[in-house]
Amino acid sequence: MANSHTAHDAHDDHHGAPQGFMQRWVLTTNHKDIGTLYLVFAGIMFFIGGAMAMVIRAELFQPGLQFVDPQFFNSMTTMHALVMIFGGMMPAWVGLANWMIPLQIGAADMALPRMNNFSFWLMPFAFILLMSTFFTGSGAPAGGWTLYPPLVLQGGDSFPMAMFAVHMMGASSIMGAINVIVTLMNMRAPGMTLLRMPLFCWTWLITAYLLILVMPVLAGAVTMLITDHFFGTSFFSAAGGGDPVMYQHIFWFFGHPEVYILILPAFGVVSEILPTFSRKPLFGYESMVYATASIGFLSFIVWAHHMFTVGMPLAGQLFFMLTTMLIAVPTGVKVFNWSATMWKGSLSFEPPMLFAISFLFLFTIGGFSGLMLAIAPADFQYHDTYFVVAHFHYVLVPGSLFAIIGGVYYWLPKWSGHMYNMTLAKWHFWLSAIFVNVLFFPQHFLGLAGMPRRIPDYAVQFADWNMVSSVGAFGFGVSQLIFPYLIWSCVRGGEKATAHVWEGSHGLEWEVPSPAPYHSWTEAPGLELIERGAAH
Amino acid sequence: MLRTHRLLTALGAAVAALAAPLAHAEWTLNMTTGVTSMSGEIFSLHMKMFWWCVAIAVFVFGWMIVSIVKFQKSKGAVADTAMLHSTKAEIIWTIIPVLILVVLAVPAAKTLIKLEDSRGSTLSVKVTGYQWKWQYDYLDQGVSYFSTLSRDSNAARQLQSGIDPTTVNEYLRDVDYPLVVPTGAKVRLLLTSADVIHAWWVPELAIKKDAIPGFVNELWFQVDADKPGIYRGQCVELCGRDHGFMPVVVEAKSPEDYKAWLAERQAAAKPAAIAANTP
Repeated sequence: MANSHTAHDAHDDHHGAPQGFMQRWVLTTNHKDIGTLYLVFAGIMFFIGGAMAMVIRAELFQPGLQFVDPQFFNSMTTMHALVMIFGGMMPAWVGLANWMIPLQIGAADMALPRMNNFSFWLMPFAFILLMSTFFTGSGAPAGGWTLYPPLVLQGGDSFPMAMFAVHMMGASSIMGAINVIVTLMNMRAPGMTLLRMPLFCWTWLITAYLLILVMPVLAGAVTMLITDHFFGTSFFSAAGGGDPVMYQHIFWFFGHPEVYILILPAFGVVSEILPTFSRKPLFGYESMVYATASIGFLSFIVWAHHMFTVGMPLAGQLFFMLTTMLIAVPTGVKVFNWSATMWKGSLSFEPPMLFAISFLFLFTIGGFSGLMLAIAPADFQYHDTYFVVAHFHYVLVPGSLFAIIGGVYYWLPKWSGHMYNMTLAKWHFWLSAIFVNVLFFPQHFLGLAGMPRRIPDYAVQFADWNMVSSVGAFGFGVSQLIFPYLIWSCVRGGEKATAHVWEGSHGLEWEVPSPAPYHSWTEAPGLELIERGAAH
Repeated sequence: MLRTHRLLTALGAAVAALAAPLAHAEWTLNMTTGVTSMSGEIFSLHMKMFWWCVAIAVFVFGWMIVSIVKFQKSKGAVADTAMLHSTKAEIIWTIIPVLILVVLAVPAAKTLIKLEDSRGSTLSVKVTGYQWKWQYDYLDQGVSYFSTLSRDSNAARQLQSGIDPTTVNEYLRDVDYPLVVPTGAKVRLLLTSADVIHAWWVPELAIKKDAIPGFVNELWFQVDADKPGIYRGQCVELCGRDHGFMPVVVEAKSPEDYKAWLAERQAAAKPAAIAANTP
C-alpha cells in the first residue's frame, strides 16, 4: 500500500463508530457492525420461526382440527423451515463469522467489506418478500421447504415470490462465503499459519467452501422450477419428458451439504468453548481439522439417503447407505476428541460450557438416530415419519442452536464489554435443556408408532405423545424469551468485563480489550501473541 | 358348536369394547413387528441398530459423565495441559467404529437385497395416488375402485367440527373401500400418481414407496398366512391441503375369502361395464 494511504488509514483508525443511524448501520462496512446486524436479524427470525412452531404444536396438541385450516398448517411447516434455516441459522453463523474471524486471525476487517454490507442487506428484503406471500390469495408456500415439484407448482402467486426470495438468500450466502474464504486465505496475521487457526475459523473455512459449491446448485434447481412453471420447459414433468425425481436429486445435492453448513460452525464453537472451560487445550487439533474436512467431502456423496423411497436401483440404495454410514466415523472422531478434551481437565460450568456439554450429549443422540436412518431397509419404516422430525431437530436445536446460544454467551462480554447475569443465563440453560427433550424425545416414539410428518391432524393413538411434545414446545418457546432480555441488559450495562473474560480463554480475540474497539488489529499481532493463543 | 361360536363372538365383542378406550391411550414406544415375512426382519434390524447405539451411548456418555463429575475445578482438579493428542487413541477410535459399521452393514444389505426382489408375485395391483385418495386397479381381473377417507372421519376432521375424534371409529385411518389382498401370497403393487407425488405406506407391511406422476414404482409384500386382518397406514409424502386425510387401508383375507370377495367385485363390475358399453 502507498505511503500516503497508510497515513490516511492510520488517521481513520482513531475514529470510533459513525454517529448517524444511516452511516452507522445502513452504510456500514465494519465487520463488527455487520456481525451485529446479522445476529439481530437472525434473532428476530428465530422468534418468527418459533412463533410458527407454536402454531404447529398448538394445532397438534389434540387430535381434530381446532385452530387452523390444513392449507395454513402446511404453510406453517413450510415457512417454519425456510425461516429457521435461511433466516435464523445461516445468518446467525455468518454473524458470528463476521464478528469473530477477523478478531481470531488478527485481521483488521473482512477482506471485502462493501460486499459484506450488500450480502447482509439482501437478507431483510428476501424475507420481506418471503413473508409477504402470506398476503397473497394463495397464502404462503405450503409444499414443504424442499419445494418438490409438482406440488410446489400449485403454489399460485406465492410460488414466484418464494423462488425469488430463495435466489436472494442464495446470492447473499454465496457472497458471505466468498468473503470468509478470501479473509481466511489472505488476511491472516503473519505467523498465523493455517494449522494455528482456531477451530471456529477452520470449520467456517470448510463451511464456506460447501456454500460456494452448493448454493448455485439450489439456484439452478429453483430456476428450472421457474422455467417449468412460466416458460414451458419440462425439466421435472414426465408429461414433457422430464422427471420429478431429478429435482429431488438436484435439491438434495444442495440439501445434504446444507445441513453440514448448519452444523460445522457449531463444531467449531464447541471446540472453542470446551477447552476454555476445561482449562486444557483441545485434544487432537489436527485430527479435528481432518475430520471436519472428511465430513465436508462425504456430505457430497450421500444426498440420496433423503430419498430412499423414490424407487432407486438396488446399487444406488446400497451406495448411499454405505457412504452415509461412513459419516459416523469422522463424526465419532470429533465426539471422542471432545470427550478427551474434558478428560483430566479442570472444569467449571459457566453458561457457555453448559450449552456446549448439552450439545455433546444431545447432538450425539441426533447422530444415533441418523445412523439408524442410514440403514435403508429400516428407513422404509422411518422415512417421512416423526422419527425423522425428531432426528433433525435433535441435530439442529440442541445441536446448532445450542452452539449458537453457547457462542453468544461465550463472546457476548467481548462484544458488549459487560458480564451478563450468570444466574439467569443458567436458568435459560436448564429450562431449554429440559424442555427441548420433552419437546423432541417423544417424537421418536410417534414416528416409530407410525405418525407421518407434515400432517395437521392425526389418528387418536398418537394423542398422548403429541400432547407431551406440545407441552415441551410451549415451555421451550417461553424459556427463549430470557435470551433477548439477557442480551439487552448486558449491552446496556453490568459488571465490566476484562480483556480475557474467562479464566481459561485462549486465542487472539481475548487479547483485544472488552468491548472490542470499533477497529481492532489495525496493527498485526506479534508472533508471541499468536503462539500464546494457539495453545495446541 | 353353534353355542360355542356365539359365546366366542360375545367374548370377542367384550374384549373389543374393553380394548377400545385403551387403544386411545397407548403410549406406544416402538415400531411394530408387522405381519409380513420382511417386517419381522426389518424390526430386528431396527432393534440391532438401537442396541448398538445404546452400547455406544453408554460408553461415550459414561466417559463424559465421569469427566464432568471427576475433573471439576471447584473440587481442586488441575488440568493436564500436556495432554494434546494421541495417535494411538485416534487410530483406535477410527478403526473400532469402522468395524461396528461393517457388522451393521452386512445384515442391512442382505435385507435390502431381499426387499428389492419382487419376482414370483401372484397378484399385481396398480395403485394410483390422487389428491386426495387412492385408486386400486386389479390388473387383468376387471376390478378397479377408489379408496377414500370414511364419511365419519371426514365429518369429524373439519375445522372446529365439534365432533370428538375419539368417538369416531378408526379416526383418519378408515376408508370406504380398502385394498383387499390374500394372505400368504406375494402381492406386487405398481405405484404411480395422477397429479403430485404421494407415498404409500402401511407400517405392519413394513414397506413404503413414493407414487410419482409419470413413473411406475414397484413394491411387494406377503402377509403371513396366519395373519388375516385390517392393517392401516396413510399417505406419507406431503401432497397438498388434505395430505393428512388420505389413509391407506389393507384388508388381508384368507385365500378363500379373497376369492369370494373378488368374484363379488367382478360380478358387480360387469353390469356397469355392459351399461358403459351399450350405446
